[in-house]
Amino acid sequence: MRLHEYQSKKIFSEHNIPIPRGRLASSQEEAKLIADELNQPVVLKAQVLVGGRGKAGGIRLVKSPNEAGDEASKILGSTIKGIPVRRLLVEEAVSIQQEIYLGVTIDRGSGSSVLIASGEGGVDIEEIAKTAPGKIARIMVNPLLGLRDYQCRNLATEIEVPRALWRLFISVTQGLFKSYQDLDATLAEINPLVITTNGRLIALDGKMIIDDNALFRHPDLIEKRDISAEEPEEIEARKFCLEYIKLSGNIGCLVNGAGLAMATMDIIKHNGGEPANFLDIGGGASAEKVSAALRIILQDPQVKTVLINIFGGITRCDEVATGIKNTLEKFTTNIPFVIRLVGTNEKSGREILATANLETAETLQEAAKMAVNYSLEHGS
Amino acid sequence: MSILINKDTRLLVQGITGHEGNFHSEHMRFYGTNIVAGVTPGKGGEWVLDGKVPVFDSVHTAVEVTGANTSVIFVPAMFAGDAILEAADSDIPLIVCITEGVPVKEMLQIKEAIKHKDVRLIGPNSPGIITPPTTKVGIIPGSITMPGSVGVVSRSGTLTYEVVYALKQKGIGTSTCVGIGGDPIVGSNFIEILSHFEGDSQTEVVVMIGEIGGQDEEKAAAYIANNMTKPVIGFVAGQAAPPNKRMGHAGAIIEGGVGTAEAKIKALKNAGIQVANYPEEIPKIIQKL
Repeated sequence: MRLHEYQSKKIFSEHNIPIPRGRLASSQEEAKLIADELNQPVVLKAQVLVGGRGKAGGIRLVKSPNEAGDEASKILGSTIKGIPVRRLLVEEAVSIQQEIYLGVTIDRGSGSSVLIASGEGGVDIEEIAKTAPGKIARIMVNPLLGLRDYQCRNLATEIEVPRALWRLFISVTQGLFKSYQDLDATLAEINPLVITTNGRLIALDGKMIIDDNALFRHPDLIEKRDISAEEPEEIEARKFCLEYIKLSGNIGCLVNGAGLAMATMDIIKHNGGEPANFLDIGGGASAEKVSAALRIILQDPQVKTVLINIFGGITRCDEVATGIKNTLEKFTTNIPFVIRLVGTNEKSGREILATANLETAETLQEAAKMAVNYSLEHGS
Repeated sequence: MSILINKDTRLLVQGITGHEGNFHSEHMRFYGTNIVAGVTPGKGGEWVLDGKVPVFDSVHTAVEVTGANTSVIFVPAMFAGDAILEAADSDIPLIVCITEGVPVKEMLQIKEAIKHKDVRLIGPNSPGIITPPTTKVGIIPGSITMPGSVGVVSRSGTLTYEVVYALKQKGIGTSTCVGIGGDPIVGSNFIEILSHFEGDSQTEVVVMIGEIGGQDEEKAAAYIANNMTKPVIGFVAGQAAPPNKRMGHAGAIIEGGVGTAEAKIKALKNAGIQVANYPEEIPKIIQKL
């Protein structure tokens, strides 16, 4: 789960990381009021969960409260990469001497957390990693010992933080790591962390991603989930505990298991077709869950064919077949279906489908070929 | 022989009285696995599975009384970390965690904590291990496999079933099939399992099923090129997956351009490994070896 900039910064601030003064505004009047309170040039920042918001016009520097109000009215209600802007962060503008990148994330390879820093922050860190990998410093953090001060000092030395700022830098780095630990984040990032012209360190931006598997420890965060950047089908799918991701093709896929769902998408592509979605119904899905999944697929106007691939283990083929049959009794559609059922209760599953005049394919490759052919016939 | 589990496996089931634990324990026993004990804190003294398997309050007592040498974990995610550590603390040499949804930071700590112990952890989020025709630990359906000489190692669940089933359809059997789990941090990676297969006299060919996310397949490719004499067939799921979208498992995500199927397939091919385009192509490749 991704947190907004204002949410991340609030957490950082609670961990002794200096952030610019400012507040959240959801109207023109509020933005003007906050700018007036701050009594200096301010920055308006759209709170949307998409990258590249600055380039898309979501960040503005303004000199007066009136200008803040005018600009706020333009940004609020506009869309950035398709996402409506509902809230702005209004913050004091800061005079920047240097921009630093500071982040912490999971390093799968070493099985530890890794702190990453660069003296050239502010821009895409992945770009620096490609073009100038020598400008990025990394410190592995032992999962049991945590981050030690000497490691922060080494990081400061490596990215050439002035010695006078070491104490502050250690405090910010420890604060970031503690935010990351306390919130069960898989990523916590300050980009940029700025050295101001008067020698302070301030986190100008903030980003956190929380481990969905750890959300049970943070019920307060679940309520704060922002779903404005998600497709309506994805929100609907989550209600039924389905993993659904919309893609651009026209073959709707319904599969049990993530790996098999990906392999099913791949085999469609291999045969010259394009999947319309990733959909994993999980293990042991009921007929109701299968119906919900199928409705989500059929509601996508791009879908011209449906490919159902079930390998029954915990999942029972008869339960899946019942779900398909029930849906098609209520939902009239002329979209062709290709169904492959293997495994637990396969025979009774096929019998149920036969009563609904639905054909089944034997192998995955055969099923994929059929689905691609249908999609080409019906797609034009 | 086979790897990790066989007729000598004495299995302990952590969470044996739960819905999942009980259901799969019945299936494991029906397949032929020797289940010697269960653990559910607070239910010690009960007997389950037709009154034939004793339940203990702690792993320590269960091991002491029954000599269990393998543990399988079916407890809910919020207790799974504790269950792994409890098993490791009793020095059980093989721990298989089926539970899905263990927080990744907890896994980092667990992995570090058991690093110097003589313990092999498989999972979490693993379908388990099966050595046909008599022993299975986990949830892989017994009916889709047959005994043979192909070792299978996979990060996936049902995709693994698809592969071993496709092998069986062509009359090709499995020595042992190991699901290492789909999470970003798992107890054992491909390399550890590949080295077991390399040393196993029954295994003649190895099938490795990877998927997007991380760089475990790339590392395995280098290992295979330098250390394995047996042929390995690769498959990588997720060629059609878009970046920055999590495909079900916590681990299946292309982040920062790392972990693409394309890069993994390239690394495997560069290491001289044949890569199948779809699961049913794997038996065809094996038949041509």
